[in-house]
Amino acid sequence: MPLSPMTEPMAAPPADAAPEPTLRVDGLKVGFGGSQTRLIAVEDISLHISPGRTLALVGESGSGKSVTSLAVIRLLAARGRIVSGRIALRDKAGAVRDLVELDEPALEAVRGNDLGMIFQEPMTSLNPVLTVGEQIAEPIRIHMGLSRRAAMQRAIEMLDRVGIPGAAERARQYPHEFSGGMRQRVTIAIALACDPVLLLADEPTTALDVTVQMQILNLLRSLQQQQGMAMLFVTHNFGVVAEIAHDVSVMYAGQIVEHGTVRQVLKTPRHPYTRGLLACVPQLGTASEHKKQATPLFSIPGMVPSLRDMPRGCRFAARCVHAEARCREATPALETTDTGNIARCIRWNEI
Amino acid sequence: MSEQTDFLSVRGLTKHYVQRGIGRRQTVHALDDVSFTVARGETVGLVGESGSGKTTIGRAILRLIEPTAGQVLLDGTDVTALSPRALRRFRKRMQYVFQDPYASLSPRMTIGEILTEGLVLQGVRGREKRRQMALDALASVDLPADALDRYAFEFSGGQRQRIGIARALVLEPELIVADEPVSALDVSVQAQTINLLRSLQQRNNLTMLFISHDLGVVEYVCDRIIVLFLGRIMEIASSETLLKAPRHPYTRALISAVPGLDPDADRSGQQVLQGDIPNPANPPSGCVFRTRCPHAIDRCAAEVPPLEEVEPGHFKACIRDV
Repeated sequence: MPLSPMTEPMAAPPADAAPEPTLRVDGLKVGFGGSQTRLIAVEDISLHISPGRTLALVGESGSGKSVTSLAVIRLLAARGRIVSGRIALRDKAGAVRDLVELDEPALEAVRGNDLGMIFQEPMTSLNPVLTVGEQIAEPIRIHMGLSRRAAMQRAIEMLDRVGIPGAAERARQYPHEFSGGMRQRVTIAIALACDPVLLLADEPTTALDVTVQMQILNLLRSLQQQQGMAMLFVTHNFGVVAEIAHDVSVMYAGQIVEHGTVRQVLKTPRHPYTRGLLACVPQLGTASEHKKQATPLFSIPGMVPSLRDMPRGCRFAARCVHAEARCREATPALETTDTGNIARCIRWNEI
Repeated sequence: MSEQTDFLSVRGLTKHYVQRGIGRRQTVHALDDVSFTVARGETVGLVGESGSGKTTIGRAILRLIEPTAGQVLLDGTDVTALSPRALRRFRKRMQYVFQDPYASLSPRMTIGEILTEGLVLQGVRGREKRRQMALDALASVDLPADALDRYAFEFSGGQRQRIGIARALVLEPELIVADEPVSALDVSVQAQTINLLRSLQQRNNLTMLFISHDLGVVEYVCDRIIVLFLGRIMEIASSETLLKAPRHPYTRALISAVPGLDPDADRSGQQVLQGDIPNPANPPSGCVFRTRCPHAIDRCAAEVPPLEEVEPGHFKACIRDV
């Protein structure tokens, strides 16, 4: 996929970008707190996702990946505010709208309709006193204007499509009658009920056991092939990224520090943070070698800087073995590297 | 497996919970007839998905919960037969590290108080001596001495987990049960903590039971791995053998389900288990894994497969040779 110029917000997409992106975020900046204590959670976030593609936003706690995805659906908590930036969504009708400009009623017409979302903990996103059929049918009635009966019929079809056996009977059951993996399938059915152009998935498999996680990832992949929606997938797990994503943006301390296709980022990472993170992951079948040679597992020293005390220059410099004085002078720009990755590191060529 | 070399011996450990609902009563089989041994200085991993019984085993060994049946022998002492008073004294020899570094440290106690509370309960006399022991424990987990007078909220998740480890170490126990000690941590911090646990293990000749759902982490930390499913042992082998030559279909499926870092990996041979983990209140007859097993035959439903030694030190509970 051609990489559009992420360093130049608002720039026109290159001529050879075949499909128009479903989502295009330019220069997003999100702050929390009143004007006195304004903390900038994420800044300079630019990304785009084309139909049928999955972009993974990956990072550790506090990197800003969830804030970014919540900003896209305009679900930031009361004190969170989009300070600047543009979130352009190409809706089902093909019209491009800036979600930042929309008011709440207009947003409600978009959420659950053009924009589906699933979250980490399926139990907390389901209503315990409504049957799952009613919960899937609700957005169908509201957004697609179907009758109660027709909406329920489509809800049952959705349950079947997400791999729940005996869909017609299961539609009459309540969330507590479902296992964790089955509940996540239900939330996926709700999110996809109105055939959205974009699915936001925030750590959707993190609370699940690995064998169930694999089922859900396979399901999301096959549903994407059937429905062709774009997907923004937030996760901390590089293994999941390798499994589901086409493109990856790695976040650190509120900024994107590296971007590329999944192959570029996982196989030829150029930012020292991405390299470090990948080396930290204990990979199955490699430990015995490590133990024989008594080498420790790679770890990144120190910890993520606080929002209140963000260092000047490169935010990773304090933990980076390659940092020099000039790294601390100015925020590095995103640069295109030899492998086509985009990295926020002034030394990518030297290390 | 002789009596002398087994430092920890778990025999037929069983835990059932009775659930009372309106007009019904059901028994949840959290753990059924689990037996294994651990040598002194060995680190053994307990791996499994939710409901596999891994935490129940850890807690039952320390008698943080009372087992329904079975015995736990630590260095020849039957822990399950100890009186409450004797148990309290005995706990000095076995300590627990909890998963959640936020919930497991009191917000109202200084780190010094947290670390010395166990020493006071175990009758270690002398305030100065206790303080010194706490300082030593802090140093062993690479935390500065000034941490002693601070509170838990002043530390990051990774540092808190090291405080939790220091609290377990301060009593100089012989056995540590570490229950998902790195699961709540980010990967970069997780790697630091794994390295710390490995070095502590070697330095202090600790015996450790390491509970985790993450096979990659377990492989790094443990000498041997016990794979559990729905309250029963499926397979036991050395870490290397278990990862390279697993014999039980569940172990194979579990390994296959861990997403690797290679986006080009061939997924054609991947086994995706169908269905969910069965309800422990109504476990399948015979082999508890048979309802999800691609190799199940009629006989699997008839009998509980015994845990048999297939090679020296390698055990599996499966009647099929697949």
